[in-house]
Amino acid sequence: MREWTDGSTAIVRGALHAGCTFFAGYPITPASPILMSMLAELPKTGGVAIQAEDEIAAIGMCIGAAMSGARAMTATSGPGISLYSENLGLAIMGEVPLVVVDVQRLGPATGGATTVGQGDLQFVRWGTSGGFPVIVLAPSTAAEGYGVTRRAFDLAERFRTPVFVLTDKELSLTTTTVDPRAYESVPVGARVQHAVGQPFTPYHYEPAAAVPPIAHVGDPTLVRFTGSTHDERAFLTKDPATVGKLNAHLCAKIDAHAAELEWAHSDLQPGAETLLVAFGVTSGALRQAVKNLRANGRKVSSLVPISVWPVPERALAAALQGVRRVVVAELNPGLFAREVRLVAPNVEVVSVTRMDGELVSPTQIEEACR
Amino acid sequence: MSDITVTKLASYRNQTPYPFCPGCGHGPILDHLNKALVKAAIDPAKVVLVSDIGCSGLSDQYFATHAFHGLHGRSLTYATGIKLARPELTVIVVIGDGGTGIGGTHLLQAARRNIGITVLVFDNFNFGMTGGQHSVTTPKGAKTPTTPLGNLERPLDLCATVAVNGASYVWRGTSFDGELSDRIAEAITTPGFALLDVFELCTAHFVEHNTMSKSTLLEMAGRLGFETGLIRRQPRPEYAAAYREAMAGVRGQPLREPRRIPTLQPVSLARPFRLIAAGSAGGKVRSATRLLAEAAVLSGLWVTQREDYPVTVKSGHSIAELVIAPEEVLYTGIERPDAMVLLSADGIKKSGAMLKVMDQHGRVFVAPGLPAPPTAAAVEPLPAPAVRVERDHMGLYALMRAVRALDLLPRSALEAAAQRGGRAEANLATIAAAFA
Repeated sequence: MREWTDGSTAIVRGALHAGCTFFAGYPITPASPILMSMLAELPKTGGVAIQAEDEIAAIGMCIGAAMSGARAMTATSGPGISLYSENLGLAIMGEVPLVVVDVQRLGPATGGATTVGQGDLQFVRWGTSGGFPVIVLAPSTAAEGYGVTRRAFDLAERFRTPVFVLTDKELSLTTTTVDPRAYESVPVGARVQHAVGQPFTPYHYEPAAAVPPIAHVGDPTLVRFTGSTHDERAFLTKDPATVGKLNAHLCAKIDAHAAELEWAHSDLQPGAETLLVAFGVTSGALRQAVKNLRANGRKVSSLVPISVWPVPERALAAALQGVRRVVVAELNPGLFAREVRLVAPNVEVVSVTRMDGELVSPTQIEEACR
Repeated sequence: MSDITVTKLASYRNQTPYPFCPGCGHGPILDHLNKALVKAAIDPAKVVLVSDIGCSGLSDQYFATHAFHGLHGRSLTYATGIKLARPELTVIVVIGDGGTGIGGTHLLQAARRNIGITVLVFDNFNFGMTGGQHSVTTPKGAKTPTTPLGNLERPLDLCATVAVNGASYVWRGTSFDGELSDRIAEAITTPGFALLDVFELCTAHFVEHNTMSKSTLLEMAGRLGFETGLIRRQPRPEYAAAYREAMAGVRGQPLREPRRIPTLQPVSLARPFRLIAAGSAGGKVRSATRLLAEAAVLSGLWVTQREDYPVTVKSGHSIAELVIAPEEVLYTGIERPDAMVLLSADGIKKSGAMLKVMDQHGRVFVAPGLPAPPTAAAVEPLPAPAVRVERDHMGLYALMRAVRALDLLPRSALEAAAQRGGRAEANLATIAAAFA
C-alpha cells in the first residue's frame, strides 16, 4: 500500500497532528494548496482558519492568536515573506511560538509564480531588522514535510520563536508515491506555561539562554506583550543594561541550543575526497548523483541539511574529514555555498546553481565532481 | 505585576501616571475608557488592550488588564487573531489617526467582517510622537511640518467609512465629551465591530500651527461635513461567533487522508521510464496523466508526476512529466524523456528543448491532426479513434494509445485506475477506444 500524495498534504497533516489550532494565510502560488487545506480541515478539529486581507494581516492574526494560547501556522511564498518581514521581527521580540511555511518560487519580486526556486534561504534568516536568529527547517522529501512540520511546532513551542518550514514549488506540488512508513512521528512539546497563582513577569529568563514561561492573553494571570525594547515586565525601556540583556537573550535562546537544533542527513563513504551538499528538492538530484557516481566506482560522501538555520556545522565538520572538494547544489546564486565556505575555509567549494526554473539535474552534479 | 482574579474593580488603571503633554487629550480619553470598564464591570482578565504605535500606543501600560503592544497600523490584525482565538474576551484597540491610515485595509476588513473589537481612535489630526506630520485625518488647509503651505488632501471620514462597510457601532465626539465613557461602555457591550472617532488636541504640535481649541473641535467636524454623535448602532452577527456557528457542522468530522493505493498486479520494470505529456490548459492533460500514474502505482511501481503551466488558468500550455520506476524516484525532473505525447500546438511549442535532446531510442507520439515536429526520436502519428471520442477526452485517448504502443502497462491496470477515479464510465470508454 502506497500513498499518492504531495508535500503540501504532508505539511498540512504534520500541522494538524502537531495540534495546530489556528491558521491565517493569503492566496499565493505555490502555497495556496496549504491555505485551502487548512481552511477545510482545521474547523474539523475545532480550530480556526481564515483567509486574511493580506499577508501582513495573516501573520498578525497568527501572532495575536498564538499569544492567546493557539498553536498557529501561516504559509506563503517569497513575496509574502517580504510582507511578513516586520511581523517576523515582532514574533522574535515578543517571543511568539509561530510556524511559518515558505513554499519558495523563483524570485525576485513576482518572479516566476509557478516556477521552482530556492532563493529564500538567506532571506528567511535575515528577513527582518536586527539580525537576530530564527530556526529554519527544510524537508528533503515530500514525506519528510510531515515530520519536519511537527518538529517546527515542537521547536516553536519550546523556544517561543518563529520557526520556518522552507520548501518549494516542486517538493510541495509534485505528486509522488510515498511509503506510509516514511512519515516520522516526531514528538511535539508544549510551551512552558506560567503556574496560575504564582507571581508573573512576562519576560523573565535566567540564564540568558532560558525561555521565559508564558501566560496567555485571556488567562487569569494578566499578561503584557510588547514589540518594543522592554524589561522583564514588558515595559518599554532604554536602560542599556536591560536592553543589552534582552538582546543577548534573544540570540542565546537559539545559539546556545545549536547542538540540539542542528539536523542533517549524512551519507559518508570512507576514503571519499568529495562531499556533495544540497537541501530541499535539490537533495533528490544529489542522492541520485551519489548513486550514479558510486555505481561508477567513485567514492563520494553527501550531506543534506534539514536545519538550514542553524547551519548543521557539527555534521558538516564531521563530513569534511579527509574531503578536498565540496560540491553544493541549489536553485539560487549559491546561497548555501556561502555558508559551507564559512565552515570549510580551506576546502575547495564548487557551487552548482540553476536559476532558470528547472531543477538541478544529477548530471550537473556529477559533472562538477569530475 | 500581580495576579488579578477579582471580577469587579473600582479602577482598571494602575498607579503609573500618564506621560502625555499638558493639555493633550490622551489622558482624558483613557480616564473615560477606565470609567467605561468600571461601568461595564468586566473581569479585567477578560479584557485586552491592543495598542498601536505613537503616543496613544503607550496607553496599555497604565491599565490593569491584558496588554498587547505590536506594530504600527497592525493592531487590528492582532486584535482579530485574539478575538478569533478567544471570542469571550473584550478586545479594545487603542489607535491614533496615523495608525488608521497605515492600517487602512485592516480597518475596512475588520468592519466588513464585523469582528467583535472596539476601536478607540485618538484622533488629533497629526503624528504627535514623530514631529506633527500630517495624517489621513488632517483637515484640508491645515499646516503641519509636512504640509507647510497647508494640507492639499481631503481628510478621511473614518466613521462614514466603517459605517458604510458594516460596523455595528459608530460614534464621533471629542475628548471633552462628558458622555464619552457611556459611549465606550455601549460600544464594548455591543456585539460586533465598533469604532469611536475621538477628536482631541495635540498641544505639542497641531494647536501650535493651527487655530484649534476645545470649542472648535466639533465645529470642524461640521465644516468637513462629518457626522457627529451616535452614527450607527445596528448589531449584526459578530464574526468570531458566526465562524464557530458556521463550522459547528463539520466539527469532529474525520480529517482528509492522503490517497492510498494498493498494489493489484505487480508489473516489473527494468529501469525508470520517463514520459512527458504536452498539451493545452483545459485539455485535461494533468488528469489524463494522473490516471496513467495511478495505474502505475496500482502496478506496484514508484511514480512522480510533476507539472508545468503558466500563471493563466484555462489558456496556454499544460505539461505533465511522469517518472515511473521500479524503486523510489529521487530526482523528479526529466533530463531526457523516453517518450513524449504531444497533444496540442501549445504542447509542441513548449516541447522544443526536450524534442531536441531525444535520440533515436526516444519515441514521440503525436495526437491525430497535429504536425510531426522536428526531432531525432521516432515520431509516430496516432490514428484517429475508430469510435467517437469526446473532444475533451482526446488527450486521454492519445495518452492511452501511446501507452498501448509502448506496452508500458497492461490495459487492466489502466482500467482499474479509471474505475477508482471520477467519471469512470467515460474514462473506461476512452481506454476501450484506445485499445480497440
